[in-house]
Amino acid sequence: MSCINIIAEKCFGCGLCVSACPFNAIEVTDKKAEILDNCTLCGSCVSSCKFNAIEFVKDEEAESSGLSSYKGVWVFAEHKNGEARQIAFELLGSGRKLADDLSVPLSAVLIGSEIEKEAEKLFAYGADKVYLVEDESLRLFNDESYADIFVQLIKSYKPEIVLMGATTYGRSLAPRVASRLNTGLTADCTELSIDPEKKILMQTRPAFGGNLMATIICPNHHPQMATVRPKVMKPIQPDESRKGEIIRPEININSNPKVKVVDVVRTLYETVNLAEADIIVSGGRGLGDPKNFALVEELARVLGGAVGASRATVDAGWIDYSHQVGQTGKTVGPKVYFACGISGAIQHLAGMSSSDIIIAINKNPDAPIFKVATFGIVGDVLEVLPALIKEFKAHTA
Amino acid sequence: MNIIVCVKQVPGTNEVKINKETNTIIREGVEAIINPFDEYAIEEGVRIKEKTGGKVTVISMGIPKVADLLKETIAVGVDEAVLLSDRAFAGADTLATSYALSMGIKALGEYDLIICGKQATDGDTAQVGPSLAEKLNIPHTTYVRKIEEIKDGYIRCQRLTDDGYEVIEMPLPAVITVVKEINEPRLPSIKGKLKAKKTEVKILTADDIGADKDRCGLKGSPTQVIKTFVPEHNVVAEMIEGTAEEQAKKLAQKLLSMQFMKAR
Repeated sequence: MSCINIIAEKCFGCGLCVSACPFNAIEVTDKKAEILDNCTLCGSCVSSCKFNAIEFVKDEEAESSGLSSYKGVWVFAEHKNGEARQIAFELLGSGRKLADDLSVPLSAVLIGSEIEKEAEKLFAYGADKVYLVEDESLRLFNDESYADIFVQLIKSYKPEIVLMGATTYGRSLAPRVASRLNTGLTADCTELSIDPEKKILMQTRPAFGGNLMATIICPNHHPQMATVRPKVMKPIQPDESRKGEIIRPEININSNPKVKVVDVVRTLYETVNLAEADIIVSGGRGLGDPKNFALVEELARVLGGAVGASRATVDAGWIDYSHQVGQTGKTVGPKVYFACGISGAIQHLAGMSSSDIIIAINKNPDAPIFKVATFGIVGDVLEVLPALIKEFKAHTA
Repeated sequence: MNIIVCVKQVPGTNEVKINKETNTIIREGVEAIINPFDEYAIEEGVRIKEKTGGKVTVISMGIPKVADLLKETIAVGVDEAVLLSDRAFAGADTLATSYALSMGIKALGEYDLIICGKQATDGDTAQVGPSLAEKLNIPHTTYVRKIEEIKDGYIRCQRLTDDGYEVIEMPLPAVITVVKEINEPRLPSIKGKLKAKKTEVKILTADDIGADKDRCGLKGSPTQVIKTFVPEHNVVAEMIEGTAEEQAKKLAQKLLSMQFMKAR
């Protein structure tokens, strides 16, 4: 078993490792560091020690047998109202590269009702095969029946890698499937690659609200499963002429699952949803008054974007929780993110710092939001927003 | 109704700062807290109990110190606190954690509903809830924003989606994970605090719950962290000066020239 050892002769109890440990798993007693039970073997302490007194003893586990029979990269093609969602194309973009590095096929799993037409799009975006499962009972996403089908497919076709979106559905389905197969699952990855020597999946993800990145592997269990943060991976340029193979697997469909979706309610006033928006305009306390959210909404409308909000404004009841961006709200990664009167608490940054371009508008030049911003405007958001609305209206008219 | 709430001890992350020299998180003086999302889970459990009768049990897995935090939950209406604590549980990923929790929950006896927070603020995985439901072979719903109805053997709840919500029905027992929209957690009462002081947290080991040690902790964890690093936030914002009108004009031109926004 792998472990972290303190080499007693070398340790002076300086405590550097205590502060380096993200999990509070080291204590200094009698001038010697001690690793506690909640150690996760992340290894942060090893590099922090100035005296080389901490060693990471790696376990050279024998390769589990039978893993070589697992081949291929799969992605879950999530859909809504019968149309494949953007995340499916992003996963194919990332999966294409992984499959090429491994010289294996890339497949998409498409589960739904009357959904075959979407297979063409999946081929255009890089899939070699589409596993298609259709039944009227599968029209809407259902944790239970989708998980049953996914597990059967994995057992019959044995892919080595399975990727799902870190969306509402993906983050519910993936752990259910991984748990039934007793395999590993890494949540909300922002980077995926193949280790060129071991040919295993290197999964990198943020933790601690984005303050720490961790690279995770699943070396002895298959499939290696990950959910992938939306808007981070890039789809390939679609090629309509690309063809692929549709496979209709023979599987059991439980058309009467215990879990039933009895109603789907769309919150009407939102035209563009946060998770899929290319442009997000978010408002914070700096707006001064709930009615000033109208400015944020108008800029979003002019730009064809979605409306976001800081936790402070949601807690104050200025806007609905569904708009909240940040650790306790939604994680977003649009092309352009406007932070209007948002100071940029670490929890907010955790939810939006993977945006391509961040524009910060704030009165306070020292606001932390400027530290992650691409462009900064120091000024009164109530003056800058109307000017921006006017300016973009002129360009988009 | 017998309700079980799963809670996790996490570092109070508000004070997270990075030591630029060692590239690590500065953790001095950061206290351990109950995962904020779990507070909503506890509150929801207590509210259901107040309506239907029964009891609320919190369960956690962690080092013995976690017992102190579990005690605090008694003050807001929890009846019993159980801590799974054993060296064998150390280094668990989400799969090994769900396995241990499932064994602990089975050892507690009959239950109707298990409530978890939507995710923990340290790992942010959101995986233990669904994974636990699978280990117990019961249904689950994530991101629950409202329980519309709950009675013997049945729950109807609203799951938050990207553009609204879904109404979902499940038979009980089941697992739900809750978002913060679901309620406003209460503050501990004086009476509750006194009760908390007197309450003993039940501590169970792997053997106590009949867990297979090969499926617990590091041994039972398929995933391994091989590297951690602090992401670089070394973007230097390009500041745009001038009056509001000038700033707006300059910004618009920059964005248009980067082709992130097309002039139609």
